[in-house]
Amino acid sequence: MEFDSVLMSRMLTAMTLGFHIIFATIGVGVPVMISIAEFLGIKKKDPHYTLLARRWTRGFVITVAVGVVTGTAIGLQLSLLWPNFMQVAGNVISLPLFLETFAFFFEAIFLGAYLYTWDRFKNPVIHWLLSLPIVIGSSFSAVFITSVNAFMNTPQGFTMEDGKITTIDPIAAMLNPATPTKVFHVLSSSYLTSAAILAAITAFIILKKKSSTYHKKALKLTVSATFIFALLTAIAGDLSAKFLADYQPEKLAVAEWHFQTENGADLILFGNLNENHEVENEIRIPNFLSFLAHGDFNSKVTGLDHFPKDEIAPFWVHYMFDLMVILGMFALTVSLFYLVFYKVKKWNEHNKWLLILLIINGPLAMIALEFGWIYAEVGRQPWILRGYMKVDHAATTSPHVDSMFFLFLALYIILGTLCVIVLRKLFRDSPVEIELEERYPNIKKGDE
Amino acid sequence: MSYEIIGITVLWIFLYGYLIVASIDFGAGFFAFYAKMTKKDHIINQLISRYLSPVWEVTNVFFVFFFVGLVGFFPDAAYYYGSALLVPGSIAIVLLAIRGSFYAFENYGSKKSNLYMFLYGATGLLIPASLSIALTLSEGGFIVEKNGEVSLLLNALLTSPYSWSVVFLAIVSVLYISSTFLTFYAARADDKPALKLVKNYALFWSVPTIIASLTTFIALSQHNPRHYNEMMELWSMFGLSVGFFMIAMWLIFQGKYYGLAFISVMLQFFFAFFGYGWAHLPYLLDPYITIYENATHESMGIALIIAFIAGLCLLVPSLLLLMKMFLFDADYVKGEKS
Repeated sequence: MEFDSVLMSRMLTAMTLGFHIIFATIGVGVPVMISIAEFLGIKKKDPHYTLLARRWTRGFVITVAVGVVTGTAIGLQLSLLWPNFMQVAGNVISLPLFLETFAFFFEAIFLGAYLYTWDRFKNPVIHWLLSLPIVIGSSFSAVFITSVNAFMNTPQGFTMEDGKITTIDPIAAMLNPATPTKVFHVLSSSYLTSAAILAAITAFIILKKKSSTYHKKALKLTVSATFIFALLTAIAGDLSAKFLADYQPEKLAVAEWHFQTENGADLILFGNLNENHEVENEIRIPNFLSFLAHGDFNSKVTGLDHFPKDEIAPFWVHYMFDLMVILGMFALTVSLFYLVFYKVKKWNEHNKWLLILLIINGPLAMIALEFGWIYAEVGRQPWILRGYMKVDHAATTSPHVDSMFFLFLALYIILGTLCVIVLRKLFRDSPVEIELEERYPNIKKGDE
Repeated sequence: MSYEIIGITVLWIFLYGYLIVASIDFGAGFFAFYAKMTKKDHIINQLISRYLSPVWEVTNVFFVFFFVGLVGFFPDAAYYYGSALLVPGSIAIVLLAIRGSFYAFENYGSKKSNLYMFLYGATGLLIPASLSIALTLSEGGFIVEKNGEVSLLLNALLTSPYSWSVVFLAIVSVLYISSTFLTFYAARADDKPALKLVKNYALFWSVPTIIASLTTFIALSQHNPRHYNEMMELWSMFGLSVGFFMIAMWLIFQGKYYGLAFISVMLQFFFAFFGYGWAHLPYLLDPYITIYENATHESMGIALIIAFIAGLCLLVPSLLLLMKMFLFDADYVKGEKS
């Protein structure tokens, strides 16, 4: 029975997080894009950008609503499903949880104000200024909540004697070694994914209908942002790998299938493990893991031989890790292609194949993000609090977790479906051409 | 004052804040649905949506604040309540999720549907009912710990007169608070037909509210004599509460100073809620959790209080700005400004 409720608690948490992270990511990234678009609209005196910000915002609030309610769900589920963990975590890491609520509160207040005041101010800059607290609030929500997750990987800031916590340093717990790289990685990848999704939607419209100036400007903005954020994400990923090599070597080793501690370790891409736990059919890049881990091709990389067998995560996270990296590189490459095509006058950046690549890049970026989180969470197993508490000691003993799993499954299916339906209807009922005409009758027509 | 007392006071203020703003929201959902059913929606629904649209998200945060703060200040609460409340807690989450997202779908999406309206109205009553259960549980007798396992005595809960009187009180107070606020808002908007309607709602729901308060008192004296006696010691708090109730009713009945009337309603609940809460101490969950034995360490308690003060310095001006834009901007309230 105990095993069942642990497994079901893990599945329910994974499902809630997997669903919430989609909306949380959009919630962190899209405000940045909205703010940039509104700023460009004011600076270039170009209503196309202003309208872009307006329309993005309209879709954004729908996703925010789902993000808020699923965020409330995971907040409560942490206590309902992991009461033993929250008893410890509540003691040591509640400061950033509390701060996260403040950041979110701040964002919520200004989102309400931003939404309903588009035409209220004579000076449009005032309305744009209202977007900044939204960006700050949502990004800092991510910072604080990520520091809690970082704490689960590298707990510090407390002393434990006989299973009792005796002293607590809340700031040290929050600024644990995993926090800087994790925060950087989470923020950059959220911005990347949001930009990639907006770019994919825009590319889809250009491919499907005749393209207009409005959509071309939107595509250039979103793809440029994708490129910049993909570059930042790559740097953040590299720093994260170096962090793991130093502080959590077993997590890096399991992702890389690095069994023996050695100098000049090879990087293993994909492949499979045979019955003797040997790697087969892999792509092997000599000495590259050493370079990735320490910036030196001959450095020593700690392998799984340094850790007890029952403290090693499942080997399949290797695929999650590899796919995350490959898809991140894909986003970087595709957006670079677009920019090169844009710069070279002879080439058409709106050619069909490039647009198709940009369209699939949107969902792929979200999938990469999901894979990254799966790796981050499963790669920490069997620990919920590395070195202190294992997941099977943290879960609730309630026998009803399985029925709650199906209750929430039904909820997420309904929310997800309705969200898509409402969003599609919202934009279909108000085509951009008509809205442009109504709001800005004097603007130059598109070039069709 | 010890950090435990400051902590619980902060949390209680947030719960009080949630009680007021969420009641307005929950009750408005019910009234919107009721008006639609009785074909009076053209009179009040625009008024309701003008107020609710900018603030619904803020309402939700009050609640999140309370439970995140509770886990922070009193981590053992996470253990006891978390272990016992999996099923009722999950149901409350689902109701909150349906309400929040459907509100956005209905309002920001272009689809108007009776189903959304119904769910919005129904959850407006079911959520306060289900959340009020947590307060009932805190009185003790329903959550037990045996052999290191915490469980909920569902039968005892469902057959307790006290728990039902709390549910009843929660529902009618929601409607009472909400209708008195809408009366103020309608007067502010100078919307006479709407004012006439919601004013009647307010007068009507005041009666069950005061009856439910009395029955809850009586039921509590049976269920938890210690808490009841402590409350009797604080009789002046409850006397003030009744006093403000009478002021509010008199003002609304006279048809003037609706703003003052709503403030009286807020004070009515303030004194009752803090009288109830103060008498409840030191227990957070009778007899397992007290604020002294189960609080977090002092360093964390102080860090949370500092964070709280810093946060307030940020939030209070922002909230005032929001209220200035949407609540006290007469042109906005009247619908003459977007």
